[in-house]
Amino acid sequence: MSSPVIGISFGNTSSSIAYINPKNDVDVIANPDGERSIPSVLSYVGEDEYHGGQAVQQLVRNPKNTIINFRDFIGLPFSECDATKCANSAPIIDIDGKAGFAITRGEGVEEKITVDEVVSRHLNRLKLAAEDYIGTKISQAVLTIPTNFTGEQKSALIASAAKVGLKIVQFVNEPSAALLAHLEAFPNEKDANYVVADFGGVRSDAAVIAVRNGVFTILATAHNTALGGDNLDDALIEYFAKDFQKKTQSNPRKNARSMAKLRVNSITTKKTLSNATSGTISIDSLADGFDYHTSINRMRFELTANKVFGQFSAFIELVISKANLDLLDIDAVLLTGGVAFTPKLSSNLEFLFPESVEILSAQNKNSSSNPNELSSSGAALQARLISAYDDDELAEALQPVVVNTQHTSKPIGFADSEGNFHPVLLAESSFPVQKKVTLKSAQGNLLLSIYEGEHKIVEKTIESEAKEADDEDSEEYSDDEPEVVREKIYSLGAKLMDLGIKDVKGGLEIAFNLNKDGKLRVTARDLKSTNVVKGEL
Amino acid sequence: MFTLPSLTVEAGAHVASGAKLSAPIRRPVEPVGKAFMHHAQRTLRNHTWSEFEKLEAERNVKNVEENNVDPDELLFDTDLADPSLLTHDPRDWKTADLYAAMGLSKLRYRANDTQVIKAHRKQVLKYHPDKTSAEGGSLDQDGIFKIIQKAFETLTDSTKRAQYDSCDFQADVLPPKKSGDYDFYEAWGPVFVSEARFSKKSPVPTLGDAKSSKKEVEEFYAFWHRFDSWRSFEFLDEDVPDDSSNRDHKRYIEKKNTAARNKKKTADNARLVKLVERAMNEDPRIKMFKEEEKKEKARKKWEREAGARAEAEVKAKAEADAKAKAEEEAKNAADAKASKKKSKEAAKAAKKKNKRAIRNAAKEADYFGDIDKAAAIDEQIALIVDSLDDDQLVEVADKIKTDAKTALQTIAKTLTDSNKLPASVLSYFL
Ligand SMILES: Nc1ncnc2c1ncn2[C@@H]1O[C@H](COP(=O)(O)OP(=O)(O)OP(=O)(O)O)[C@@H](O)[C@H]1O
Ligand SMILES: [Mg+2]
Repeated sequence: MSSPVIGISFGNTSSSIAYINPKNDVDVIANPDGERSIPSVLSYVGEDEYHGGQAVQQLVRNPKNTIINFRDFIGLPFSECDATKCANSAPIIDIDGKAGFAITRGEGVEEKITVDEVVSRHLNRLKLAAEDYIGTKISQAVLTIPTNFTGEQKSALIASAAKVGLKIVQFVNEPSAALLAHLEAFPNEKDANYVVADFGGVRSDAAVIAVRNGVFTILATAHNTALGGDNLDDALIEYFAKDFQKKTQSNPRKNARSMAKLRVNSITTKKTLSNATSGTISIDSLADGFDYHTSINRMRFELTANKVFGQFSAFIELVISKANLDLLDIDAVLLTGGVAFTPKLSSNLEFLFPESVEILSAQNKNSSSNPNELSSSGAALQARLISAYDDDELAEALQPVVVNTQHTSKPIGFADSEGNFHPVLLAESSFPVQKKVTLKSAQGNLLLSIYEGEHKIVEKTIESEAKEADDEDSEEYSDDEPEVVREKIYSLGAKLMDLGIKDVKGGLEIAFNLNKDGKLRVTARDLKSTNVVKGEL
Repeated sequence: MFTLPSLTVEAGAHVASGAKLSAPIRRPVEPVGKAFMHHAQRTLRNHTWSEFEKLEAERNVKNVEENNVDPDELLFDTDLADPSLLTHDPRDWKTADLYAAMGLSKLRYRANDTQVIKAHRKQVLKYHPDKTSAEGGSLDQDGIFKIIQKAFETLTDSTKRAQYDSCDFQADVLPPKKSGDYDFYEAWGPVFVSEARFSKKSPVPTLGDAKSSKKEVEEFYAFWHRFDSWRSFEFLDEDVPDDSSNRDHKRYIEKKNTAARNKKKTADNARLVKLVERAMNEDPRIKMFKEEEKKEKARKKWEREAGARAEAEVKAKAEADAKAKAEEEAKNAADAKASKKKSKEAAKAAKKKNKRAIRNAAKEADYFGDIDKAAAIDEQIALIVDSLDDDQLVEVADKIKTDAKTALQTIAKTLTDSNKLPASVLSYFL
């Protein structure tokens, strides 16, 4: 067996590796400690190097030699790196204009490591974990990156990976990888607009992605490097610190080690509250010799972090407005990243969005229950796909002439007998494209008028629906206030052509075909006879 | 369902005068997924849609045809499995991987005579000195050809092949690492398949799976405990006497070789005994059968006490009746639940509406004249809404219609009094 190409999702907080196993399923790989979400952390104790969860343990005892949150520094000049991300761990230093870290090893010897080297070591650990799990040498990977990574950052990643014998065969944007994995597990043949919202530890990213005939087009992206799961941690830590201070008169904030303990434990409690409605925190000797034991319920946590949750929702609204779309234009919101486990995130979105929008969260049975594995799974799926092509074919497919494609700016469809517009090719369909619709019961002499469509959002006022209250329960809730419902409505725009079809026997198949140069051809075919009418624009 | 309008123009196509599609927008598509690869092919080859569909269909047919080659050929290596063979000294051919030289590294002891002959023909065509020197290969490349010839000689002579196969450790499947986390059948099945190649007797029973019967499992271990192996170790002889050596020397070497072979054979037998022992200890079926035996004993004992049994029957019947009744009740309850679900959904919608009404109450009342505090008011109302129980929700939603502010103040007080919310977060209403 030739060795598989693996998919890697490399985050500031955690990383995940996946591959397609011999049964042809996506397998997310656990490291030797059994972690599938592997903390992107390296720690040095004496001569030893710790990685993943073992390294996280060192944040309390040995923070100055523990490196965290380094992913975003790769390929950036030192001046553009946000040093506050490393305030509670090995501080970032300037090594020849690049970010790096100073670590004490062995007998007090100081070692300066550039971020490129840190990334190499981290990727090497991931590679070793994959080799251990799969049982073959691994030399190639598909790596996911944020949509705003620069060319320099990509080159630096390629070099760091190459240094440990790993060739990056393709970069895939994180939201696209996640959506790919979602659609593989929960296929949707229909064209749709997705928001992929990724809430990680130290940053949030979102993209609006149009899917037309399975082809993805990113319509807008948004990034916020000051928002993430860490903000939830901060809110919870502050709540516990206050509570502790009230109970013991001792202030844990004065001592970095106390805060480190509180942070590690708060994160665990936060994760527990994603699954259970209450959780506990229990820390021996938190500060001044006082122990801290208390419990917290989910509601209290949600109240405490209410502001942060509000920012998550607002961030999603922001990316939709950047795409010049309305909430009603969105078909589904796919939540990814570790924060997507938090139930409050999706319940807020359910409230925010109209009912027609599906919120694909860990709580929804129509989406993955491991939203933090979507990105690496998508990378693995892409890896399987490109393994079937050789390097030249792949390079050819990735050329700008192929990737930069024309897209329709308005929907194209036809009019029915009431003058309503029926879209067939939606806006943002990439050329060339073909779509067919079948009107099974069409019969007689028919007129097929082809139009571009316009759409607008209208507000409809619905009178009280108390009539359908056939049980006593709803009566007490019903009131007579009208409810305002917003709706997306299509209307006929510019007329393109008429096709007259005589004597349709039974059923009509209409094919809309837009070639590479934007030439539209509509073909109407009688399903019973051989009668065909073709129009070209 | 809609219908198309009836025909008002002539049949055929009529392009509207001056009709033009709105200007397209150029954007990058994401180079991921199968749909993108198809998009790339269509764009690069400039295919129309129907041409593309035809080509895809042809490609699928071709794939089927390509698979229609000699099935033996598919089992041979396409490239030299061990590139070091190219520089291997042919005088040391015994240490070379002869199966790899023949292109049979995947089949090994499983290769039948026809396959050996076919594979040899293929390798000769590829590595014949005439061919390699014509292609600019150096004379050194003769070496691999010589090894191929030696391999052919060895693998086509049944005695020599048995000797070689005996020492073909590449074909061994090792037992799983003790510390590892593995599936017993997946890990051990192939081990026994590979060991089975040395059996004098056939057929050799295979490990089976979790569903194998007790008899099968017992026979399996009985067979392996009495395993009769033809494995021998002459191929590893250190010295081979040649015809020129004198008789005494020859005898001495032979004696030395025999001793070494016997030692290896003993070690190999011991290895197998240990291996079988370990597999048996780990076998989940053996554990299960022991459990079952224990249970069977207990059951027999219990059966002996006949009186108790009759009593138990009565009890069992009572239990079954109770269960049937419970099921009946559960079913009724489920039916009731289903009919209630609909009403619940309506209630849920109403709840959502009430929540929305409360959230918007302040805004509609122009924030009670405190428009500058709008953000704080909204946030506090959101907290209130999240903390209300169902009854309170209805009550507040009703009250805000008459006087939103008073209603919110009242409920804020109720919530803080009952410790549901800290007073500090509802400062505006208290
Ligand atoms: N079960 C859970 N419940 C709640 N939060 C969780 C859970 N699991 C992980 N998280 C949080 O998710 C965040 C990490 O998410 P993720 O692993 O997607 O980040 P990342 O992609 O590595 O980081 P970034 O996007 O910032 O580069 C952390 O704040 C972590 O505490
Ligand atoms: Mg992330």
